[in-house]
Amino acid sequence: MERSAIEAEGLAKSFGKVRALDGIDMVAGESTVFGLLGPNGAGKTTAIRILSTLIKPDAGRASVGGFDVVRHPEEVRRLIGLTGQYAAVDELLSGKENLYMIGRLLGLPSRESRRRAVELLDSFDLSDAAAKLVKEYSGGMRRRLDLAASLVGRPRFLYLDEPTTGLDPRSRRELWGMIRGLVAEGTTVLLTTQYLEEADQLADEIVVIDHGRVIAAGTPADLKTRVGGQVLQAQPADPAELALTERVLAEFAADGEDPYTDGQLVTVRIADRSALGRAIRRLDEEGIEVDDLSLRRPSLDEVFLAITGHLAEEEPDLEQTTDATSERSPA
Amino acid sequence: MSTVTLTQPGRTNVITNTLTIARRNLLHIKANPEQLVEMSIQPLMFLVLFVYVFGGAIAGSSREFLQFALPGILIQGLSFTPFTTALGLNSDFQRGLIDRFRSLPIARSAVVGGRITADGVRIAWSILIMVGFGVALGFRFEGGAAGAFGGLLLAAAFGLTMCWPMAFIGIAARAPESVNTWGFMIILPLTFASSAFVVPETMPGWLEAFANVNPVTHVIDATRGLMLGGPVAGPVVRSLIWLAIIQAIFVPLAISKYRRRV
Repeated sequence: MERSAIEAEGLAKSFGKVRALDGIDMVAGESTVFGLLGPNGAGKTTAIRILSTLIKPDAGRASVGGFDVVRHPEEVRRLIGLTGQYAAVDELLSGKENLYMIGRLLGLPSRESRRRAVELLDSFDLSDAAAKLVKEYSGGMRRRLDLAASLVGRPRFLYLDEPTTGLDPRSRRELWGMIRGLVAEGTTVLLTTQYLEEADQLADEIVVIDHGRVIAAGTPADLKTRVGGQVLQAQPADPAELALTERVLAEFAADGEDPYTDGQLVTVRIADRSALGRAIRRLDEEGIEVDDLSLRRPSLDEVFLAITGHLAEEEPDLEQTTDATSERSPA
Repeated sequence: MSTVTLTQPGRTNVITNTLTIARRNLLHIKANPEQLVEMSIQPLMFLVLFVYVFGGAIAGSSREFLQFALPGILIQGLSFTPFTTALGLNSDFQRGLIDRFRSLPIARSAVVGGRITADGVRIAWSILIMVGFGVALGFRFEGGAAGAFGGLLLAAAFGLTMCWPMAFIGIAARAPESVNTWGFMIILPLTFASSAFVVPETMPGWLEAFANVNPVTHVIDATRGLMLGGPVAGPVVRSLIWLAIIQAIFVPLAISKYRRRV
């Protein structure tokens, strides 16, 4: 049976003078991962907070599982699980007490709450630390407990707001595996991330937002095709030659594009494949020794660059500013 | 998990929700035993310091001063206990726990109500420690069993009432530091410029005028009257009116601030 999942139409929200969301449309399908991708301050967290009934939109409408988030917040809360950007678990309780508390708050009987807590601790590999206070947990353990806490009520919709921010690569991969498992079992996941790789790995559909607006939407493959072309990357053996390498590669850039340097790596989008051979010759002529030279399909990083004209990482930290503004405004 | 076995708690159960949150706040004492020490030692320190440092100078002997000051020290101590309400709520907001609670289908009043229910237990504990130790030092109830009981009940009602303005401060303040600043700025003058340690007639006129309208003075006079067998009717009525006013103002303020804080 086809069920309505998450829908939003023209969502807008301002905090003081800052327009955090400026008319967002999105439709997430049942049992899929829907990715909200954007730099800090793009409006991702604001969107999640509206869809989880924590704040009301100034304009537009949104529904979750067929329930309007403004008119039927109670019903929406019964369907969702929320894992925030900062692990919202109680540090002064044990892992088990945290999950037990959520179970009781959701109306599970005491025994059932205990059973569910044990079951979740087990599936998130936290059984050994069940009785330990959360303040003694590592970052990865805390994140897993936070995810477990949002699953106590077996939500149909799981919101993950930057779930892997600050995690080491191994914990990140573990969490990705868990998210895939949940989707396979029928959960619909709404994921926000500023890691383009994460959206690429997990999401079936992606909406790219910037300054509160949707600037692109589609599957990860769609987005890459839309940008088209190939990407050439070179890493000079001598970092002092980065600038020179950038000048050489600029000769092969697709129309209106410039190479950019990230760490030791110079990247440029090229119009046709023949550029690779010519680039090798030109680098050789200039006497630049390269450790690494490769040609590949554009990553979402480049997609973002191509759509917005700037790199995701270059964005100012606007979300912080909006928070501060909202905090100062009188309630 | 593909079949939706979501629990549908028919109606949100306010009492269960509140008690669950209260339990969680009390479990914090287990995690952080210093809290228990603080809850016990702080009132004792107040009692011993005030009685033995000032007793001789103010009342001629610490024994006599103990008899006069215990109700005052008790009420003063109970004005500080609700700091845990403010600091606890403030840190729940800071840590994002409130977001989690608010995204759950639970009663909106449960988080603040549960916090204050837990603090009710702390208040009872403070009263037990202070009065128990006071009696060990020589304090005697002179107002009979009913008076003693009434006095303790009024003290507890005062402590619980003070949780609400402190809850408001805890929710409105951005950081724990400002909780302390605001809390002390309000609680210190209210408790010292009162009849806790001296009779207000000994103060300069302007301060005496303040002490005489200060709700803390009325509560202390009433508690003292009940415990020591003095005049009761007037102070008790005035105290209850004050407590009702404070609640009428701060219960709705705290709850609405809780709902609206982003």
